[in-house]
Amino acid sequence: MKPLSDQALARLRRAASLPDLSSTRYTLVREAGHGGMGTVYVVRDEELGREVALKVFHIEDEQMRREAQALAKLEHPNIVPLYEFGRLDDGRHYYTMKLVEGARLDEYRAGPATQADRLRLFVSICGAASFAHSRGVLHRDLKPRNIMVGSFGEVLVMDWGLAKPLNEATPTGQVAGTPEYMAPEQARGDPSLDERADVYALGRILAFLCDDPPPKPLRSVSAKACADRRDARYAKASELAADVLRYLDGLPVLAHRETPLEAATRWYRNNRTLLLLIASYAVMRFLIFFWARA
Amino acid sequence: MPYDQDTSMGGPSARFPHTRHSAIYSTRSEDAAERERAYAAIVHSYWKPAYKYIRIQWRKSNEDAKDLTQAFFAKALEKNYFRKYDAANGSFRGFLRLCLDAFVANEAQASNRLKRGGGAAAVPLDFESAEGELQSLPIAGGIGTEELFYQEWVRHLFTTAVETLRSECQASGKQTHFSHLERYDLDQTAQSYDQLARECGLPVTTITNQLAWARRRFRAIVLQLLRDATGSEEEFQREARQLLGTG
Repeated sequence: MKPLSDQALARLRRAASLPDLSSTRYTLVREAGHGGMGTVYVVRDEELGREVALKVFHIEDEQMRREAQALAKLEHPNIVPLYEFGRLDDGRHYYTMKLVEGARLDEYRAGPATQADRLRLFVSICGAASFAHSRGVLHRDLKPRNIMVGSFGEVLVMDWGLAKPLNEATPTGQVAGTPEYMAPEQARGDPSLDERADVYALGRILAFLCDDPPPKPLRSVSAKACADRRDARYAKASELAADVLRYLDGLPVLAHRETPLEAATRWYRNNRTLLLLIASYAVMRFLIFFWARA
Repeated sequence: MPYDQDTSMGGPSARFPHTRHSAIYSTRSEDAAERERAYAAIVHSYWKPAYKYIRIQWRKSNEDAKDLTQAFFAKALEKNYFRKYDAANGSFRGFLRLCLDAFVANEAQASNRLKRGGGAAAVPLDFESAEGELQSLPIAGGIGTEELFYQEWVRHLFTTAVETLRSECQASGKQTHFSHLERYDLDQTAQSYDQLARECGLPVTTITNQLAWARRRFRAIVLQLLRDATGSEEEFQREARQLLGTG
């Protein structure tokens, strides 16, 4: 046989990695993205006449079942919904989920949205994380690339591949996650991770979403969420979200002690319209007073 | 009616032998016959990349590279080199390459202590085909040592898998299935399932199913060859992800 050229080799590697959908109701449309563990494809559900996302690992791996089981527990408007879990004829497990059309959070960040818009999305992301924690699931890989913003502004947390039950210790020394968004205890391979590891990642996401330079109160919120010692962080994602909501509502945040000048500036910003009305009224009265005297 | 194992429920991979030990593991066997079988499997997986590596990286002539390749594997069997492999220290491929480097360096220092043909591998090696590959597919310059060995190892693994599938298909009367894979994935002489269907006079659904079968079987063969060529389950999984996670 003649030797395989580099091009033929690449085609064969692709052919061997494509999911064998022959026994399913799906047909392949295109690849949506791939990582070290698996690939996500856009497939067409021929029964229901719609496109969905199908995730399959490169090789058989029981982790796929755990990932699907974790995701199945999480029915929430800001968590990508799982549709089906199954096994392909090539032996690999797969699951299908909603196909989210839109932009990843890092792409969305580069767009025209205001800081306030981005912060409202952030509060939704915290809501998804908080819901997962309440169901006993830790995400462990929250980052802008794993969050999609839909075309109607809806936000969906994706890729629960590293999710683990909160009450289950990870093997000591086993490190998984993305270094930039990984809490120190997660990077050390600490077996007793809790929701504060996700709070750390959320703090990094908050810093990513703020204007540059960030307003002082938000910088303090982010710093508190990303404290090296987990005791110094927000205990829950909902507490972090509440502090960001206080900022959006023009209230002082718990993570930041205001100086009198900052308090006055915030008061001015909150009451700018009222102050303008009072000033306009004063100017009018002043003019009327002098007009009457004249 | 004969039982067609490849169309049974769950497909061939449902029977994938997860617990089968790799050839590398079997080099530690107390049974001499099993050790020899394991050795033959390792030689089969690695001789061609080793030969090309010696030719390119060590700049040896065709004849010297042949002798060195044969002598290396013969000595590996005699001294049971591969028994020393520890999966905790990296991949078997990396270990073998380091052994090969050390062997070739020693041979060079010993100023041709090895007489040509003095150490013949117990497995017949088709050096003509390896040399022919080097002539028809020259290796790009500037490629790193590790990358060169990996690239040629992958090429050899996939070539072996294609040949195994071809033989299997011939033996089981599934030449058409192989032909679809050859035309669509290998040579790209067919651009679409529709074209294949028209040219073969078959419905598109038949083409889809036959090609799916050929790919599924091809994947299983690749993974089986990979399992033989790796030293532990972890290494197998790592290599499989790298090999098949190409996107």
